[in-house]
Amino acid sequence: MTDPFVLAAAGEVGGDFFKERDVGDLCQAQPDQVFCFDWARENLDRFATPTVQHLQIVIPALLIGFVVAFALALLAHRTRWLQPPLLAATGVLYTIPSIAFFFLLLPITGLGRDTAIIVLAAYTLQIIFRNTMLGLNNVPASVKDAARGMGLTQRQILWKVELPLAIPEIIAGLRVAVVSTIAIATLAVLISAGGLGTQMYGSNLTFPTSIIIAAAIVMLMALAFDVVLLLVQRFTTPWRRAAQG
Amino acid sequence: MSFAPPLASFAGAIEFIFTPQESNVTGGKKVGGFDKTVELLIGQIEVTVLALAIALIVALPLGLYLGHRGKGELIAVGVANAGRAIPELAVIALVATLIGVGIQNVAPVLAILGLPPILNNAYVGVSQVDRATVDAARGMGMSELAIVRKVELPIAIPTVMGGIRSAAIAIVATATIAPLAGVETLGDFILNRNVYGENGLLAGALLVALLALTLEGLLALLQRRLTSAGLKVKTA
Repeated sequence: MTDPFVLAAAGEVGGDFFKERDVGDLCQAQPDQVFCFDWARENLDRFATPTVQHLQIVIPALLIGFVVAFALALLAHRTRWLQPPLLAATGVLYTIPSIAFFFLLLPITGLGRDTAIIVLAAYTLQIIFRNTMLGLNNVPASVKDAARGMGLTQRQILWKVELPLAIPEIIAGLRVAVVSTIAIATLAVLISAGGLGTQMYGSNLTFPTSIIIAAAIVMLMALAFDVVLLLVQRFTTPWRRAAQG
Repeated sequence: MSFAPPLASFAGAIEFIFTPQESNVTGGKKVGGFDKTVELLIGQIEVTVLALAIALIVALPLGLYLGHRGKGELIAVGVANAGRAIPELAVIALVATLIGVGIQNVAPVLAILGLPPILNNAYVGVSQVDRATVDAARGMGMSELAIVRKVELPIAIPTVMGGIRSAAIAIVATATIAPLAGVETLGDFILNRNVYGENGLLAGALLVALLALTLEGLLALLQRRLTSAGLKVKTA
């Protein structure tokens, strides 16, 4: 049996978008149907590798984005005048569409996963940095005064009072960053970095069943990460549950 | 695929924007140049503005209404969270295969990507307006519509505009892959590498980045103009 699908390879980007594609014998009876269940049942396993590749892009990007953005937020918290320039700089990285960013980096970092990770990490900076900074800024002065009065050092106030109180905002930012990054990572196919985009683009572009399954996996992945972050928030902010009774 | 050193690559890309050149792949045929750039730029602005307008017409009144009534948080906020998870590539690919190509099909679908942030921010912005302020307006005899227009919306403008800016960025970014669905935008330079070559690819990426930053800058300016002086004092 010949594989009707050819993964979008480097040279194929921008190739023949609408070329005829053989969907095998399974869907020949109704070539126009939106979703071919027979094909889906037989071919679900072909989505395993792209799903793993997707995670291999998204998880490092989010970890790097979080570490850098968190460090920047702590820096901006201590050195207030850095807040506007850092907001502006991360804002530029956020505004540049990822697809353009991918190709702007191409002459420097080349095709493949590294470029995708860098671009997506840069994209998340603004969201995480901004929320972390606002969360820290929003801690009431009276709470910090009370902590100081109890003899806590500046460092203790940051880690034991300010950061815990900022957790809801930090997690809110992370949730937005995680869900958007998982969706945008589909574009990584354009720079041959693999991922679930491979099942939507190239020769798969004309086959709705494949696109729909890949999109569903992307959205389920986003949902799963979102739920995990919500649980993290629940367990790291026990006082909120206590307050709700 | 091989690239020249970075600086030479970008120099070639900038040249491509202004002067038609023989690409390294088409063999003699001249591609790119200022006229083509302007044509594609207009194409991208056209589909972006149209999609943003549709998104605004649908989501803004709904968000303001729900925020004013303080109802439907689940819809407004839930739609926003789910909407962010929609992969743009799948949206464009499905339009092309299931609905059809061309701006009349692509613009409404691009608008879907703009709905969540506009709806969410309009809802959040209006519902967070101090209820005492709204009661005062009601006590002065303002109609509900007047309250939304003259009290809630002006106070919520920074949040509402934040949503519109997010929507605009999402739409202009996705319009870049609209050539996959038969709408000629700057993304054509990027996606049709075998026509425009490496210079076209980089030129397209540069232009798309500049377009997005310009759009964001213009909307930020608009937000400043629309925000009432009283609110600016507080945030400054």
